[in-house]
Amino acid sequence: MDINYDFNWSMLLEDPNRQWIIEGLLTTVYLSLLAWIIALVVGIVIGAMRMTPSRTLRIIGTVYVEFFRNIPFLVQLFIWFFVFPLLLPHDWMLSWNRLPHVPFMTALIGLSLFTAARVAEHIRSGISSIPKGQFDAARSSGLTQIQMYRHVIIPYAFRVMIPTIASEFLTIFKNSALTLTVGVAEITSAAKSIEAWSFRGIEAYTVASLTYMTTTASVVLFMTWLEHRLRIPGLIAKK
Amino acid sequence: MDWAVIPANLPFLMKGLWVSFQLAIFVIALSFPLACVIAIGRISNRWWIRYPSATFVNAMRSNPLILIVFWFFFLVPLIIGRPVGDFASVMIAFVVFFSAYFTEIIRSGIQSVDRNQIQAGISTGLTYFQVMRMIVLPQAMRNMMPALVTECIIIFQGTTIAYVIGLREFLNSTFLVTERTIRPVELYLFAAMVYFTVCFAGSCLARYLEKKKVRTR
Repeated sequence: MDINYDFNWSMLLEDPNRQWIIEGLLTTVYLSLLAWIIALVVGIVIGAMRMTPSRTLRIIGTVYVEFFRNIPFLVQLFIWFFVFPLLLPHDWMLSWNRLPHVPFMTALIGLSLFTAARVAEHIRSGISSIPKGQFDAARSSGLTQIQMYRHVIIPYAFRVMIPTIASEFLTIFKNSALTLTVGVAEITSAAKSIEAWSFRGIEAYTVASLTYMTTTASVVLFMTWLEHRLRIPGLIAKK
Repeated sequence: MDWAVIPANLPFLMKGLWVSFQLAIFVIALSFPLACVIAIGRISNRWWIRYPSATFVNAMRSNPLILIVFWFFFLVPLIIGRPVGDFASVMIAFVVFFSAYFTEIIRSGIQSVDRNQIQAGISTGLTYFQVMRMIVLPQAMRNMMPALVTECIIIFQGTTIAYVIGLREFLNSTFLVTERTIRPVELYLFAAMVYFTVCFAGSCLARYLEKKKVRTR
């Protein structure tokens, strides 16, 4: 084994590398946060559709989840990027292509709709993990369907789902790296550019890896704290 | 729409699909045994085995696969001292990455078996390894089957990431054909359908195993 590599960490602070890193960090954070919020909203709607008594809504929800879960994310991203604009009416397509940040918008749609399917699944399993007695008790105490969800089921389900909702943020945060394939200049793409221009792969990829690892560690710590704060004694057994 | 583009390029596309399958199969076959070793390290009583295993698993799980692929694409030739093929480089990256996920599945599978059974087994005169092989692992295996199948689907979906280093797997083959024929709509929808069929069949299998598991409990 003969490793011939001169480390030069200070090159990361030189332009344009520094510029790329800062821009990459901001893009990753913006993209993940926005996509996470949209994914939660869409995911809750889809998840709720799958719990309704209406057969049609349930089927739509199930089809959505199966499609988005069984097609690789990169393929979905390519469809949003290459196929979706072509299927729009002609003048819509023109105005879509005239948008200032087409790759970013594509990535945002792709990431959020992909993750929404996962969120919908978590919501369903979160609600079905609630003992049936809770539903019966709420109904028999005279609450309406909506009151039952508002006061009994959702406060329960929310606590059960905190870890999964947090882990979905981390999924989005990591999946956002794949958007470099459609031209989003996020942090992995920045690292790749630095490597391509200067062959300083170890330094560049270290920056990217540290970004993901520190974010993961902080989110996990925060969520552990939050889960502990909101714990209902006896509901979730202490580990 | 002109669907004739699909049969015209089918041999090329299928060659790509075969590469995807090969990659997935090699990765599963190599990362599973590796993960068994790391999982045993993860539940070891010795801290100097347990901590490095846990660090490895957490480091892999908190990085995106694409970044791990870039790392190895850069590092492997540097360490070995000569270029290795795209396939080998991406395969090594996948094996390292997915062994971390398999480790967690195996660990929770082993821990899902009641500890008392180990003591009961040992008190009947079996050795620790006999207890593991005859009592713990068969039950652990059944408990983790659905998760293992799901992980295999994720690995198959993950092979699309080999696109970024230019390996001619299914997605990259599709991309190359679209560049030549300018028929992205038909080709990408076809690719999506192929991936969907394979992965949906896999999810149905996982669901069936899950039901079977609940029933036998």
